[in-house]
Amino acid sequence: MLDQLEQIKREALSSLEAVQDDEALAQWKVAHLGRSSPLMATFDDLRDVPKEERPAIGRGANQVKQALEASYEAKSDALRAAAVLQSLEKEHLDVTLPGRPVLRGRLHPTTQTMRRIYGVFAEMGFQIYLSREVETDEYNFQLLNFPPHHPAREMQDTLFVDSGTERGDNPILLRTHTSPGQIHAMREFSAANPDDPPPVRIILPGMCYRYEQVTTRHEMQFNQIEGLAVGEHITFGDLKGTLSDFARRMFGQQVRYRFRASHFPFTEPSAEMDIECFVCGGEGCSVCKRTGWLEILGCGMVHPIVLQNGGYDPDRYTGFAFGMGPERITMLLYRIEDIRNYWANDFRFLEQF
Amino acid sequence: MLIPISWLKDFVDITLPIEELARVLTMAGLEVEEVIYVGLPFPEGQIEGRSGAHQRPETKVSGIEWDSDKIVVAAVHEVMPHPDADRLVLCRLDDGGGEQIVLTGAPNLYPYKGKGALEKPLKVPYAREGARIYDGHKPGQVLMTLKRAKIRGVESYSMICSEKELGISDDHEGIIVLDDDAPVGVPLVDYMGDAVFDIAITPNIARDANILGVAREVTALTNQALRSPSYKFEASGAPIAGQAAVEITNPELNPRFVLGLIRDVKIAPSPYWVQRRLLLAGMRPIYNIVDATNYTMLEVGEPLHAFDYDVLVERVGGKAPKIITRTARAGERLTTLDGEERTLSDFTVLVCDSEGALAIAGVMGGAESEVHEGTRNVLLEGAAWNFINIRRTIADQRMSSEAAYRFSRGVHPAMAERGVRRGVELMRQWSGGVIAEGLIDNYPLPSSDPSVEVTPRDVQRWLGIELTPEEIADILRRLEFNVEMNGNTVRATSPDHRLDIGAGVTGVADLLEEIARIYGYERIPETRMADELPPQTGNPALEKEEHMRDLLVELGMQEVVNYRLTSPEREARLLPIGTGPVDASYVRLANPIASDRHVLRRSLLSSVLEVVELNARNRERIALFEIGPVFRPSQDGSLPVEVLRLAIALTGPRAQLSWQGGDTTAMDFYDLKGALEELFAGLHIDTVRFEPDETTPYHPGKCAQIILGDNRLGTMGEMHPLVREHYDLPETPLIVAELDLQLILDAIPGRHTIRPVPAFPPVLEDIAVIVDENMPAERVLEVIEGVGGKMLVEVRLFDVYRGEQIEAGKKSLAYSLAYQAPDRTLTDKEAAKIRGRIIRRLEQELGAQLRS
Ligand SMILES: [Zn+2]
Repeated sequence: MLDQLEQIKREALSSLEAVQDDEALAQWKVAHLGRSSPLMATFDDLRDVPKEERPAIGRGANQVKQALEASYEAKSDALRAAAVLQSLEKEHLDVTLPGRPVLRGRLHPTTQTMRRIYGVFAEMGFQIYLSREVETDEYNFQLLNFPPHHPAREMQDTLFVDSGTERGDNPILLRTHTSPGQIHAMREFSAANPDDPPPVRIILPGMCYRYEQVTTRHEMQFNQIEGLAVGEHITFGDLKGTLSDFARRMFGQQVRYRFRASHFPFTEPSAEMDIECFVCGGEGCSVCKRTGWLEILGCGMVHPIVLQNGGYDPDRYTGFAFGMGPERITMLLYRIEDIRNYWANDFRFLEQF
Repeated sequence: MLIPISWLKDFVDITLPIEELARVLTMAGLEVEEVIYVGLPFPEGQIEGRSGAHQRPETKVSGIEWDSDKIVVAAVHEVMPHPDADRLVLCRLDDGGGEQIVLTGAPNLYPYKGKGALEKPLKVPYAREGARIYDGHKPGQVLMTLKRAKIRGVESYSMICSEKELGISDDHEGIIVLDDDAPVGVPLVDYMGDAVFDIAITPNIARDANILGVAREVTALTNQALRSPSYKFEASGAPIAGQAAVEITNPELNPRFVLGLIRDVKIAPSPYWVQRRLLLAGMRPIYNIVDATNYTMLEVGEPLHAFDYDVLVERVGGKAPKIITRTARAGERLTTLDGEERTLSDFTVLVCDSEGALAIAGVMGGAESEVHEGTRNVLLEGAAWNFINIRRTIADQRMSSEAAYRFSRGVHPAMAERGVRRGVELMRQWSGGVIAEGLIDNYPLPSSDPSVEVTPRDVQRWLGIELTPEEIADILRRLEFNVEMNGNTVRATSPDHRLDIGAGVTGVADLLEEIARIYGYERIPETRMADELPPQTGNPALEKEEHMRDLLVELGMQEVVNYRLTSPEREARLLPIGTGPVDASYVRLANPIASDRHVLRRSLLSSVLEVVELNARNRERIALFEIGPVFRPSQDGSLPVEVLRLAIALTGPRAQLSWQGGDTTAMDFYDLKGALEELFAGLHIDTVRFEPDETTPYHPGKCAQIILGDNRLGTMGEMHPLVREHYDLPETPLIVAELDLQLILDAIPGRHTIRPVPAFPPVLEDIAVIVDENMPAERVLEVIEGVGGKMLVEVRLFDVYRGEQIEAGKKSLAYSLAYQAPDRTLTDKEAAKIRGRIIRRLEQELGAQLRS
């Protein structure tokens, strides 16, 4: 009987090898695993086998059945894979045809740069503080240590509002920087607890205006992002550390930079931060005006008068402030040569960001 | 401010290479914007066109270097006529190596033509064959190499140079005649090679807008002693007392007034070295007396004014003149030396005599009393003026001058006396006059130079560095502060040449800045803030606004940002043709820079439509938005109101045309409405309603106001055809919206909750109902949702049909509905029950009929 089973198995497997399509495979299944197949007949014949031989023969028959079924499955998978492969042969695309256009919107490049800057400072604990665009001379200048007729005002040509009433030394104007927000913020924070005002760490973004002929390099309207940190242990070293961290995040970990002395009425000591020109690598080119350096921001220790005007005692608190132009930084990053692109809103420009 | 290095060397040794000195000054706040070489060799590897730059530039470099082999001092011994050219002469000269014959057309040599051998040879700069100099005949500065050529039959291979050819000025009228002591044969670069720093002067370093000021910075930064200029003068004339007098009427405006007198001057050109220094510092030499005043101003920073003494005497009938300083009488007039007759304001300070005004104090002299080529006796003024008053005057008179530049930034009163001393002595040296003994010095308001105390603790607290009191004192002494030490406290008194040091806390900050500058910003170590972190509140309003930007971008729109400044005419384009101008009040600029941008915008829609118009020239499809403020004046002259708005504009095909087609039908009202619905859904504001509206500038039948609760958020719709005509736009519909952003931001819920994902399958079915044409779809929806209750989880309108299959004046609305229960699978019977109720209510309330 066992020899007979071996014979059945051999014959079945050899005929399976010849099977080439699904139909033949179905016929093979009927012939070799079907009710009237020789293998099934063997199970029927078990009854006639002597009792003591039955288990061995039954086990043998089951093993043959499992082997044939497994071979059937394998053959079936092989046939299906072959069929799919064959049909794929006919489905070749021209992969060089353009994809279907997908419409997507974009943020204005300035928004994109401002968000990057917000992000870097947010991780250092700076919160965003917004304030109005139309201001008084008092907030835009006087409280920031620009007295009336001060020479430093010449550095910020101002657009004044015709308010219809005589306001003397306190005309209404379009803010020339976001610094009035420094006073608004410090006064707001210190008012809550005048004897023990909380530390300040804010970013002040927004649109500013200057009396400036619009050219490829100058705009009458521009965004500014200022920062202000005030506390009981803030030093010029912290200013350098914070802004060099910023420069590395914004322009790459390898960036070279320098802080050189400068002047702003609302900070003292004041500095300009330059980074090595990334267009020429510091060799000198037209973008850096052959100096190898790019001016990216102004900064300094908050002037004690400004601290005082904000309700912070300069004998107890110190602070630093800085200001930068996101449009200028965007121009440097993307080699934009004409600042007028920003508010012209030509899609041929905007769609490149 | 232009600072020639040669001049700087009068007061301090230059111990660093020029470019390193430029860097050191720049780091200390005297930004050297450019180093202009006028003879001296360029730093290694930095000449234009010379490759292999090894050094980093740090500073912009320009100019010319004079080859020491090829450009030398020569002596012209004879000027001979050219055989056949009247305008050319031949010079016989000695260049130290031998005799040369040089051809030139310089008019300033004509007087020597044909005079034979000159008794006193003329010293000149001489360029040999192959020398690189600027081309005198080309505009600007173009380098050329001297080549051998034949000019009118005479061989020419070299040149006597003009200022333009050597880069000293743009003058090419004649050749340079050097001072008599110039050594023949010596390379010109060794005799007068130079480099000039162009330094940007910020208001806090106004004291450095002169050679001496920069020299002081160099001494402090390189730790040297200053060679102070001599303020001695050699007087041999009768004392000035009795020959002139001064009366100051307002010491606040004129704290000090000093006069010196010099007689019998001979007006003549200044020595060439003086002329060259003036030119390199940016001033034109005139003649010795005027040059001496300018030279002194450039050197020590005190502007001087020279009067013709004889004119002053004559004005008062031969008596000794008395100078009176006072404010102008209203309407008083004076002709200044620029030829303008000026009407003066009552705050303008004048320098007068008893007969009237002579000069606008600190700004410009009058025409009548100025020195001229016939002047013999000079009365020299040095004074101190209130800088704010000078600023008011130059703004009022719209005038400027070198003197006003300095006085409007503050000049220390001590400089008035020093300036006059230096000025009369230079006049004596250059014009041979006789200086009167003594000065007249009226000083009613002596300056009090502030004393400020600073301690190592202040330095640590502000700068984050540890300095000993001795180190602090040393830095301040280098800057000429008068320093006293008391334990840990350093008491520093500001030197009498600067006005920028304040008192109290300001003074401390001023000193800390000086300490940091001289110590070196570069040496202060970088630290990370160790201070307490403030409460992290975020900025929820801005975060919502930015979220809105993201949603709008996700909806396929481009963000734009416009000028907030516009004109009422630009905004009036939003009014339909045929309507008059709307009387809208604007926030107006008092000093607009452009006539089409002189008010702050009231309409954000107007801004975005200008962008649509611009881009319609090269884009078929436009979808954009702007978020920003509009401005309205307040009623009482106080600050205007700033309101945040959102504007959206859509026009053109729904999809971009591609090789496979795509939906290129034009976008319409419902595209924008869909976007807005998605926007509000994204913000989780779910109770916004759209109600029909008829308002400018919208199409009256395609306009909706957008309502939330009791608030009107804004309006959307298709642009009115008569408004469109004002814009250069294609024919496709233009759909726009303008919304009050603040109302939307306020309505965004702080948080929202989500519904659980259903565990049981929905029962889906479609129903179509026929209603009157004018029945708003929203009514039908309200009824369906009202009846459906919680089990009805989705209602979607998928078809609106009008036509043959239904009665005229009616429309069919087809909805797909989904019923679902949270806790079980609904049976068909339950679904049919709800459906029956919906249909019954539609029939009863809206007269709808079920379409089979
Ligand atoms: Zn560069």
